[in-house]
Amino acid sequence: MSASIGSTIVSLPDQSTAQMPKRTYINNEQGLLSWLLTADHKRIAILYLISITFFFFIGGAFAGLIRLELLTPQPDLVAADTYNKLFTMHGIVMIFFFLVPSVPATLGNFLLPIMLGAKDMAFPKINLLSWYLYIIAGAMMLSAIVLGGVDTGWTFTAPLSTHYLNTHVITAATAIFIAGFSSIFNGINFIVTIHRMRCPGMTWFRMPLFIWANYAASLLMVLGTPVLAVTLVLVALERLFGIGVFDPTKGGDPLLFQHLFWFYSHPAVYIMILPGMGVMSEVISTCSRKRIFGYTAVAFSSVAIALFGFFVWEHHMFIMGVSSYSALVFSLLTMLVAVPSAIKIFNWAFTLQKGSVTFETPMLYCFGFMGLFTIGGLTGVFLGSLGMDVHLTETYFIVAHFHFVMVGGMLMAFLAGIHFWWPKMTGRMYPETLSKLAAVTTFIGFNLTFLPQFILGYMGMPRRYAAYPPEFQVLNVLSTAGATVLGFGYMLPMLYLTWSLKYGAIAGSNPWQATGLEWQIPSPPPTENFAEIPIMDHEAYDYEWLANKTRNEVTTVG
Amino acid sequence: MDSALATTDPAEVHAEHGHVSLPQHRHHFETAEQQREAGSFGMWLFLLTEIMFFGGMFFSYLIYRNWYYPAFVVASNQLNVTIGTVNTMLLITSGFCMAIAVWAAEMRKRPLLRTMLILTALLGVIFLGLKSDEYYEKYELHHIPGNNFNISMFTNPAGYGIKEPPLSPDMAQRTQVFFFLYFAMTGMHALHMVIGLGILCWLIRRAHRGDFTAGYVAPVENFGLYWHFIDIVWLFLYPLLYLINRHPLH
Repeated sequence: MSASIGSTIVSLPDQSTAQMPKRTYINNEQGLLSWLLTADHKRIAILYLISITFFFFIGGAFAGLIRLELLTPQPDLVAADTYNKLFTMHGIVMIFFFLVPSVPATLGNFLLPIMLGAKDMAFPKINLLSWYLYIIAGAMMLSAIVLGGVDTGWTFTAPLSTHYLNTHVITAATAIFIAGFSSIFNGINFIVTIHRMRCPGMTWFRMPLFIWANYAASLLMVLGTPVLAVTLVLVALERLFGIGVFDPTKGGDPLLFQHLFWFYSHPAVYIMILPGMGVMSEVISTCSRKRIFGYTAVAFSSVAIALFGFFVWEHHMFIMGVSSYSALVFSLLTMLVAVPSAIKIFNWAFTLQKGSVTFETPMLYCFGFMGLFTIGGLTGVFLGSLGMDVHLTETYFIVAHFHFVMVGGMLMAFLAGIHFWWPKMTGRMYPETLSKLAAVTTFIGFNLTFLPQFILGYMGMPRRYAAYPPEFQVLNVLSTAGATVLGFGYMLPMLYLTWSLKYGAIAGSNPWQATGLEWQIPSPPPTENFAEIPIMDHEAYDYEWLANKTRNEVTTVG
Repeated sequence: MDSALATTDPAEVHAEHGHVSLPQHRHHFETAEQQREAGSFGMWLFLLTEIMFFGGMFFSYLIYRNWYYPAFVVASNQLNVTIGTVNTMLLITSGFCMAIAVWAAEMRKRPLLRTMLILTALLGVIFLGLKSDEYYEKYELHHIPGNNFNISMFTNPAGYGIKEPPLSPDMAQRTQVFFFLYFAMTGMHALHMVIGLGILCWLIRRAHRGDFTAGYVAPVENFGLYWHFIDIVWLFLYPLLYLINRHPLH
C-alpha cells in the first residue's frame, strides 16, 4: 500500500508488522450503553457522525426527488403541494440537522480538546446532552416528515407560516428550537474549552487555525441561535393563540419576523462555513508541508467574518420594502464580508506557492473548495449589490449561489476533513484510488448540477416552483443529470469508509506527517488522549520541529 | 511520550497552586481552580445567550411602542402597579438572600446557607403567586390577546370609570400588541423562575447534606448568577411595562 502511493507524504507503517494500539477510546469499554452514556468527546463525535450522516442522506433523498420532479416542465411526478413540502424538508434537514452541526459537532468535538492538549471538553456531560437534544430534535423532525411534512420553506416566512398553512409547522419549529439548544450548548462548550483548557505553552497564536475557525463559529452560535429560538417561539404563539405580533391586521409587522429570523439565519451561514475553513487550513498546510501563509491574518479573518456576519442580515430583505438608505448601508457591509473571505482564499493560495504540494484525497476536496467557494462568494457580491439583487433574488441564481457556498464549499470541506482525520478516528486508511475517484466525481457532478442554475436564474426562472416554461428544460435536465452524478459521488465515501473500518490499511499515528498535537498520539487515541499533559513549545505548523522530532524517534506503531 | 512534548506532573501543579483535591474535582481538569473558572465562564456565556433570547422580545417591544404609543400608554395604565411594585421588591430581596447564600457557602456556614436558600425560594414562590393573581385579573377583564380580547375598555373608558382619553377602534386594537408582549415577556420571565425554583429545591437538599460548605461552592455561585440575571430582566420589565406613563404626583 505505501509503495503504491510512495510519491505522497502518506507514511504508513510496515504492513507486515503494523498493529493497532491495544487500548483505544473505541475498545476501552464495550456495549451499547457505554456509548450512549459516554462523556468522552471522541465517542460523542462518533455518535454525531453517525446521526448527521443519517440526516444527510434523508435531506439528500429530498434533493433527489426535487431534481427528479424538475426533469420535466410540468408538475407530473408530484403535485405542487408535495413539491413545496419536498424543498422545505430538504432545506430544514440539510441546514439544521446536517450543515450546522457537521464539522463542529463531529470533527470539532473529536479534535478540539486534543488539539488544545486537553483530556476532554470543559463540560463533558453537557456535550452528551447536546447530542441527546439533537436526537430528540431529529426524532421530532422525522415525525413531522412522516405525519405529512411542512411546506413553509425553511425560512418559516410569516404570515404564511402563521396564518395560511395547515401543515406540521409547530412540530418542525419545536424541533429546530431544540436543535438550536443543542448548538448553543455546543458553542458554549467550545468557547469555554478554548479559553480555559489549553495546555501549558498553548498560547492563542499557537493554536491551529481549525480552533480559531471553530471559536468564531461558536461565538455566532452563542449570540445568534437564541434569537432564532425566540422568533420560533413567537411564530408558535402566533399560530396557537393568534396573538398578532407578525400579523398586519392586528397591528403586527411581518417585516419584524424577517429581521429576527435573518439576524440568526444570516450568521448561521457563517456557522456552517467557518469550521469548514478551519479544515481547509489544516489540510492545505499539511499537504503542502508549509506553515500557513499569514497565520495571524487567517486567524483574525475568521473573527472578522463572525463580526461582519452580524451586520449584513438585511440583504435578505432588499425587495421587501425596507428603507433604501438602510439597504445602502447593508449592501456596503455585505461587500465587506468578501474581504476576510478573500484573505483566506489568497493566504491558502500563497501557502501552496513553493510548497511541496501532494495530491491526496483531502487535498483534492480542498482544491474543489477553493474553486467552488470562490465562485459562490463572488456571486454573493453580485447579490449584495442592490440593483442586481432586485433582478436575481428569489430566482435559481440564489439557489446556485448558496449551494456553491454550502455544498461546494462546506460539504467539500467536511469530506476533506473526514478523509484527513479518518485514520486518526478509526486507525485505518481509506482506499486512496477509490476516494480520489469520489472526489473528482463530486466535483464534476456538483458543477453539472449548479452551473446551469446560475444561467436559469439569470434568465428568470423563479425558485420554489414545481413547474417552469418548456424553454428552460435543457438546462434543468443537465442539472438533474449532474445531481445523479453528485449523488453517486456521495454514496461512494459512505460505502468505502464503512469498508475501511475493517479492511483499511493500518494508519499508524501520523500518516500525513502533520504537526498538530492530535497526530502525536496513537490512532485511534486512548480515552484520556494524552498519557501526560503536553507542553506546547513550538508554533503551529512547525515542520522543522516535526522533522527534528521524527529524526530521533524509533518508528513504532501502537 | 516524546522528548519535545515535555510533561507536567499533576501532583506538582496541585502543590504549586496550593489546592486541596476535592471529591467533586473532575478528572479532565488539571486543577480545581481551572474547573471553577470553566464553570463560571460557561455560566456567563449561557447568560449571554439568555440576553440574546430576551433581546428579541425587547426589540419587538421597542418597535411597537414607538408605533403605537397611545395604545401602549393606556394599556400599561391598566396593569396592577401595586402588585408590580411589591413583586419588584420581593425579587430584589430574593436576590439579596441569594447573595447572602453565596457568601454563606464560601464562609462554610451551613445553617445560614440553608436558611437563605429557602428564603430565596419562598420569595420566588410568593412572586409567582402574585403574578398568577395578576394574570387572572387580566383574564377576567378579557385582556388576554386572542379571540376573546375585548377593546371596549379602551374605546369607551368613561363607561368603566377610567379617566383616559378614548382611543379610536383601530388604535384600541393595538393594545392587544401590548398585552401580547406583556404576556410573552413576563411569561418567559416566569418560566425562567419556575426552572430556577426547581434547581433551588435541588440545591437546598444538597446544602442540607452539607455539600457546599466544604470548599465546593460552584453550583451555588453559578445558580446565584442565574437568579440575579432573572432579577435584572425583571428590573427592565417593570418600568417598561408598568411605568410607561404614570405620574403619581399629578
